[in-house]
Amino acid sequence: MTLLSAGPKYGYQLKSEFEASSGAAWALNIGQVYNTVQRMERDGAVVPLGVDDQDRPLYELSPEGRQELDEWLATAVKRSVATRDEVVMKVLMSAATGVTEPSQPIAIQRSASMGVLQEATAARAASSSVADIVHLEWLIATTTAELKWLDVTEQILEAGGAVQLQAAMANSGARARGVSAKAKLTDESGRTK
Amino acid sequence: MTQEYSSVLSMKAVVREHRDGPQVVRALNGVDLEVAAGEMVAITGRSGSGKSTLLNVAGGLDPVTAGEVLVEGRSLTHLDAHELAEMRRKHVGYVFQNLNLIPSLTAKENVALPLEFDRVEAKQASSMVDEALSKTGAQELADRFPDELSGGQRQRVAIARAIAGPRRLLLADEPTGALDELSGRAIMDLLAGMAQDGVAVVLVTHDNEFAAYADRIVRLRDGQVAETIKRQVVTPTALELLQ
Repeated sequence: MTLLSAGPKYGYQLKSEFEASSGAAWALNIGQVYNTVQRMERDGAVVPLGVDDQDRPLYELSPEGRQELDEWLATAVKRSVATRDEVVMKVLMSAATGVTEPSQPIAIQRSASMGVLQEATAARAASSSVADIVHLEWLIATTTAELKWLDVTEQILEAGGAVQLQAAMANSGARARGVSAKAKLTDESGRTK
Repeated sequence: MTQEYSSVLSMKAVVREHRDGPQVVRALNGVDLEVAAGEMVAITGRSGSGKSTLLNVAGGLDPVTAGEVLVEGRSLTHLDAHELAEMRRKHVGYVFQNLNLIPSLTAKENVALPLEFDRVEAKQASSMVDEALSKTGAQELADRFPDELSGGQRQRVAIARAIAGPRRLLLADEPTGALDELSGRAIMDLLAGMAQDGVAVVLVTHDNEFAAYADRIVRLRDGQVAETIKRQVVTPTALELLQ
């Protein structure tokens, strides 16, 4: 829709302009483009505008499509919260259970992410496409943020955080056992004491 | 022995202790590090992990308690104060976060100062200074005083001073610390370029993004090397990385 906001376009034009503006990160096949345009036509966001001088079918953004585009542009993207992130869970679960030192998943992730950062930094230096550079900057920024989180988390766990997690787990275990013991007692006597 | 000659800096089982009141602090606890000509190594780690101590010991500013440091194949252990000072002037360049450029001297005079100390002949010194300033992209700043320069420009002059003359070991302690993101990147590009020209660069930084410019990242923890991360030989293309 963003591309169509600049004027009517045909399918292959949408594909090549999309790739030119988004860089290497997102290549499209022409089938995906036609599927998307047909879906947008069905939803009323796009209207067919006949063919151009080379018989290629042209599409135009409808007023409804324009409104949808404006709303999309004016809406912040909601980031997923990290609470169910796999790395977060690996670190928390190892700290709480002691299955391994939490420093182990932290070190493994740190090493992998530093490697990504080195590669992305080198790729950025070698890249001349603005779109690719902007994508690489995003990769560098998110990887740097993860590395910062790993450092801070390691310090929190070392400064008593791991002990607290283990205690919390032991308490919840004791509570669970207490509940089942109580349930057993109720079963035997037929009433709660 | 070949290994020793290819290394500009060689640290072997280095231990460095210093007194902090009644306590003896072991800042480095058995560090091995080889840095070859043309290589950039970033030292990272938390505050107090031994980063700056490593740099001071590598440049002969602090003596080792045990172990050995070699610069250009020459052990620093048995040098007297005079020889050590000469070795530092001739072989080692330093860049610090607090640049300590001398305010009453122009950029060019600041860069020339260590060469004057070293009694390099004036004409030769002048061409060394010009070369260093041009390598760091600071030629046009030659006649300006430090307070007429931006932070990034001052850092360029400080790096020019560090590499003026045939110095092959450059030690940089948080060289991007006082700079904004883009000026910091420009300095990192400059240091990477120095390495490509054959200088061995050892850089201390707490910033992972800047550490990622290095060929090798050495993470210190409690005075020991906790981890070494080497860059892949082949850089992936943006296409490979992003898909």
